[in-house]
Amino acid sequence: MTQTAPTPLAPSAAPMGRLRRILESDLLYSFTRQKLVMLAAFITAVMILGSILSPWIAPHNPYDLRSLNLLDSNNPPSWIKGGDPKFWLGTDDQGRDIFSTILYGTRASIAISACAVLLALSLGVSLGLVAGYVGGKTDTLIMRIADVQLTFPAILTALMVDGVAKVVLKGSAVGENHFWILVVAIGLSYWVQYARTVRGVTLVEKNKEYVQAARLIGLSKTAIMFKHVLPNVLSPVMVIATINLALAIITEATLSFLGVGLPSTEPSLGTMIQVGNKYLFSGSWWMVAFPGVTLAILVLAVNLLGDWLRDALNPRLR
Amino acid sequence: MLTTLMRTTAAVSALILTVSIADAKPIRWARSADALTLDPHAQNEGPTHTMLHQIYEPLMQRTIDGKLLPTLALSWKLTADPTVWEFKLRPNVKFHNGEAFTADDVVFSLTRALQPTSDMKGTISFVDSISKVDDMTVNIKTKGPNPLVPDTLTNTYMMSKAWAEANNTTTVQDYKEKKDNYAVRNANGTGAYKLVSREQDVKTVLARNDGYWAKGTIPLGIEEVTYLTIKSDATRVAALLSGEVDIVQDVPVQDIDRLGKTPGYRVNIGAENRTIFFGMDVGSPELKSSDIKGRNPFADLKVRQAINMSIDRVAINRAVMRGQSVSAAIVAPPFVNGYAKAMDELPKVDLVAAKKLLTEAGYPNGFSVTLNCPNDRYINDEAICQAAVSMLAKIDIKVNLSAGPKGPHFNLIQKNPPETEFYMLGWGVPTYDSHYVFSYLYQTRSGKDGTWNAMRYSNPDADTLITSLTTDTDLAKRNATIAKIWQILHPATLYIPLHHQTLAFAMKDTWDIPTSPENRIDMKLYTATK
Repeated sequence: MTQTAPTPLAPSAAPMGRLRRILESDLLYSFTRQKLVMLAAFITAVMILGSILSPWIAPHNPYDLRSLNLLDSNNPPSWIKGGDPKFWLGTDDQGRDIFSTILYGTRASIAISACAVLLALSLGVSLGLVAGYVGGKTDTLIMRIADVQLTFPAILTALMVDGVAKVVLKGSAVGENHFWILVVAIGLSYWVQYARTVRGVTLVEKNKEYVQAARLIGLSKTAIMFKHVLPNVLSPVMVIATINLALAIITEATLSFLGVGLPSTEPSLGTMIQVGNKYLFSGSWWMVAFPGVTLAILVLAVNLLGDWLRDALNPRLR
Repeated sequence: MLTTLMRTTAAVSALILTVSIADAKPIRWARSADALTLDPHAQNEGPTHTMLHQIYEPLMQRTIDGKLLPTLALSWKLTADPTVWEFKLRPNVKFHNGEAFTADDVVFSLTRALQPTSDMKGTISFVDSISKVDDMTVNIKTKGPNPLVPDTLTNTYMMSKAWAEANNTTTVQDYKEKKDNYAVRNANGTGAYKLVSREQDVKTVLARNDGYWAKGTIPLGIEEVTYLTIKSDATRVAALLSGEVDIVQDVPVQDIDRLGKTPGYRVNIGAENRTIFFGMDVGSPELKSSDIKGRNPFADLKVRQAINMSIDRVAINRAVMRGQSVSAAIVAPPFVNGYAKAMDELPKVDLVAAKKLLTEAGYPNGFSVTLNCPNDRYINDEAICQAAVSMLAKIDIKVNLSAGPKGPHFNLIQKNPPETEFYMLGWGVPTYDSHYVFSYLYQTRSGKDGTWNAMRYSNPDADTLITSLTTDTDLAKRNATIAKIWQILHPATLYIPLHHQTLAFAMKDTWDIPTSPENRIDMKLYTATK
């Protein structure tokens, strides 16, 4: 990791400088050298931009139930016989425009996943820091919990958290909090990886001279952990976060596909695939094909970015 | 050594011979949902009855064309006392475990079906007492003269008294409190099929009962029935197309057309004796799931009329049901005595008038409410709910849709007090009489009555009239009372009827099983056609 320990007097200057150095040299260099990565970044950017701007660029608002007309349902894409030019990619079983719904659905998927990753990251990083720095019984407790959770597949944990949340929040509260239930469910199922990585790095860092120096001048444990150790563990965390974003998108889609995610009145990509799946045999392929392809491209692009980041930040591969 | 080998060969070839002689075929049967329980009296619900009818039998059954068929009762008649019916039982009937079926079992079963936890109690609430006359004769005394006693017994199954006592299952399972008993997963009936194994919500295997009393008079051509629960529409149809199952009972409407055109498959279509509708909490002072506090919008007739006017049934029929339904304005299918064509006239869709009614009622900005909807019970149930949600949004009623499996959904409705304020339900009428609709869906919830009335609706005048139906022997007068009750209930717009359901069964063309108005398959009546 880092070779030059930051002086205790200017704790924040060093990580900023390092970040700039990375951006100015290796990272950007390797980025511009790989066409595929540039393409992936471009696609991710377009998708994120499209989803953020969806209220302005989507021809219809699929969340506005008043605008739906049941008699518009099951329209094929506009270039196929029977299609309506108003609905470029066709409509679903309730008369929603597929193209608009994909834009809104992508927004929902990305927003949930990003929030979930942030939650997992803050939880995992904090617990990892504490476990690594404090050590002893705290370490054992946190890491054994992590080990136990690691034996469950993430989707199972997410399903469990989701189920418990829905029982606790009865009735209408569930309807209003679908978004946050999903965030918590997905966030809680992915924190372990961060905690383990951060703990490992912390164990190495905490015996270094700059930490001992900080301890000597009487800084509190919290200050040392978050101001001195944390900046040095961030780059592996960034890699995990990017790869986790793709995983979180898939998890959200899976939950929605299983019917425990976003409701069909506010569809995410997973919900759209679930609804469309019912109509696959009757020939209405567009309901499942377009959201499916969107999801695949989004996940692939984010994954490619994550892989590249991992390679680029790994000094051994340079 | 040689002899042993020869013996084995002989045994094996004998075995092969027996197998090839047997003409009977197994059938694999898929539905969207499983029977909720096997306790014969715990749930009065379609798929539960469909399963139970293979294993257990009632005193009399209804045939596909609606006639009564003597089953465990050979004959019945009203005695000199107009409140006492006499039932002669069928002799030489044996339960699956070999015990003989006698009058004691009938007395036990009917008494059991009257227990507070029984869901069948509402169908036979008119019973005063049941008595054994001799081993093959039972008398049922009613609280007043009742002409329709035999019509109400078609889903009340007979179980063995000795078996129930031996297995400590004389009390009916309390389904809504999620209780359990031996009869929930084990069965001992007199029916044509014995329970072999059961894995709730996955797979149930039934084997032909070779000691069945009607053997020789009916085909009994299916030796083994495998009942599979496949919740996803697409997976269920895929299972049929890939040959994994032989018949699918709940065919998604969007796939009927395609399955009908696929060579090697057959789709049978027919009307079901069932109406799909929405219920509302009209009795509570306030709706918990609503943003309006201190008053209940559904209690106002104008709000209910506005909702009734804004649901476009024709669009639901065209777009969601693809024509496979008959739009309805009354919660009684045309099969039912008391059904009036005039009341089944669809209200005109008029959003402007609906919005005006809402404003007059004091909700110019609408209100919010949660709609509970099953997602594996009725044809396209969740899609219908979604369509209704967007239709109601047009008059500013913001509906949160909460869709889930039928078990928990029915629980919300049956709980006391109910835990839903706006819900979808479908009601089939096995007695073919309006009283069954009134007593379960409209009568004030108390004791044996109104168990599916989650509206908190209570009208003492209507209750008196409904109760009088059970003791009225004058059919003309009784029908006049039925018409009068509908005249009270219908203008009150209590339920929002959507449509009478149409059924489609899809199967491999080696089978030809017709639909029945009760959405039931009586496996003992069928044999593979080739």
